[in-house]
Amino acid sequence: MIPAPFQYYAAKTVNEAIGLLQQHGEDAKLLAGGHSLLPALKLRLAQPAVLIDISRVSELKGITSNGDRLVIGAGSTYYEIARNEAVRAGCPVLAECVGQIGDIQVRNRGTIGGSLAHADPAADPPAVALALGATINVMGPNGARSIAADNMFVGMLTTALSSDEVITSVTFPILGKGEGAAYAKLRHPASRYAIVGVAAYVKFDNGTVSACRIGVTGAGSVAVRQPAAEAALVGTSGDDAAIAAAANAAGDGIDYLGDIHASAEYRQAMVKVFTRRALTEAVRRARG
Amino acid sequence: MATITVTVNGKSYTSDVEPRMLLVHYLREHLNLTGTHIGCDTSQCGACVVLVDGVSVKSCTMLAVQADGANVLTIEGLAQNGQLHPLQEGFWECHGLQCGYCTPGMIMAAYDLLQQNPNPTDEEVRHGLEGNLCRCTGYHNIVRAVQYAAAKMRGEAVPA
Repeated sequence: MIPAPFQYYAAKTVNEAIGLLQQHGEDAKLLAGGHSLLPALKLRLAQPAVLIDISRVSELKGITSNGDRLVIGAGSTYYEIARNEAVRAGCPVLAECVGQIGDIQVRNRGTIGGSLAHADPAADPPAVALALGATINVMGPNGARSIAADNMFVGMLTTALSSDEVITSVTFPILGKGEGAAYAKLRHPASRYAIVGVAAYVKFDNGTVSACRIGVTGAGSVAVRQPAAEAALVGTSGDDAAIAAAANAAGDGIDYLGDIHASAEYRQAMVKVFTRRALTEAVRRARG
Repeated sequence: MATITVTVNGKSYTSDVEPRMLLVHYLREHLNLTGTHIGCDTSQCGACVVLVDGVSVKSCTMLAVQADGANVLTIEGLAQNGQLHPLQEGFWECHGLQCGYCTPGMIMAAYDLLQQNPNPTDEEVRHGLEGNLCRCTGYHNIVRAVQYAAAKMRGEAVPA
C-alpha cells in the first residue's frame, strides 16, 4: 500500500513546524513516529497535501522529573518512556500502559505526543492521561498553553488542539504515598489496540478513598472519564464490595462502538470487568 | 522528489525518492535488497523488520525520507565474509523456518533482542519476538534458533 502523494518538510524546531502549519493550514499534518498517521495514509483514510516531520525536533525529546511532576517530551517514544527510570519509579502506570502498546517495533517509533494528538478511539495513552489528570502542553503562533486531559479528547480522532498547534510535552504527576494507579486492558490479539482499556487512579487518606479518577478507552468513539464510578468509590474503604459497586456504575457516557472483534454490548460488559480489575490493582498499589 | 543519503549494511547510498516512498519499498525496489519482506503491510506481522540506527522498526511503517542520514541494517548485512551470522546459522541448524517468509524479520527482531539481552530466557525470546508472526512453525524452533545464536554469541557451546 502506498500513500497518496504529499509535500514533505522535515522541521528542525517547533517554531519551524508552527510556521509550516500556519502556511499550509488544514492541508498539513504533523508526522512524529508515524504509527498512527502512516497506516491511515497507506489506507488513504487520510490524504494531507503536506506532511511536516517533527520526528527529529530535539526540543520534543527528553523526560525530566520536576519535583512532583514528570515532564515527558512529546517526541518521546513508548520505548523511551517504558524504560525510563524516573517514570518507572514515579509514575509506573504510565510505563505499564505504554509498555503494552503494539509490539517492540511499534514502541520503538510511536510517540506519546503523536498518540494524544491523533486520539485514536482504541489508543491506550488517553485513558492514563485522563486517570492521572495529565496536562498536555502545546505551542502555537500565540505562544504556549496547557490543555487539561479532561478537555483534550473531544470526539473520534478529534482533540482540542488547533490546526496550527504542536504538542511539546505532557506533564504527569509523580504518585506519592497513599496513591496508586493501574491500567487494565482487553487487547486485540494482533494489533494490541485496546478493545477496552481502563486506567484507574485512587488516593487514600486515613484509610478512606479521598480521590478516584477513571479513564476508559477503546469502548467508544473517544476516551472518557467515569464520574459515576469515581463518585461511588470516594468515601469508601476501597474494599472489594466498594470496588464492585464502583465497577458496576461504570459505563456511562460512552458512545459504544461495535465491530467484528467485539460488539457494543460486549464492550459495555467489559468496561465494568476491566474497571474492577484496574481499581483492584490501583487500590492494592495505593496501600503499598 | 527528495534527496536522501542512507547507509545500508555499511554502504552509503544517495537517492532521489518520492516523499511517499516507504522504507521497505526503498530497500527492495531502489536498492534491490529483497531480503526484507512485505507481509501484512499494516505494522503487525514483522516480515519487514530492519534496524534503523540500531533499533528494530517495521520498515512498512516508516518513510524512506525519515531514514535520511540513518544507518540501516537488513538481513543482507548480517553474514560477514561468507560466514553466516549466528542467528542465520541458528535458524538453519534448529529448523527455525518452514516457508521462510517471516524469517528475515524474525532474525532482525532477534538481533535487536540479543543486543539488549544477550542471555534471554525462552519467555524473554518469545516476548522479544511479539511483533513477528510466523504461520508455519508454531514458534518453538524459532525460540531454539535464537537460543542457539545467543549461546554462540556469548562464546558458549550451542544447545544440543
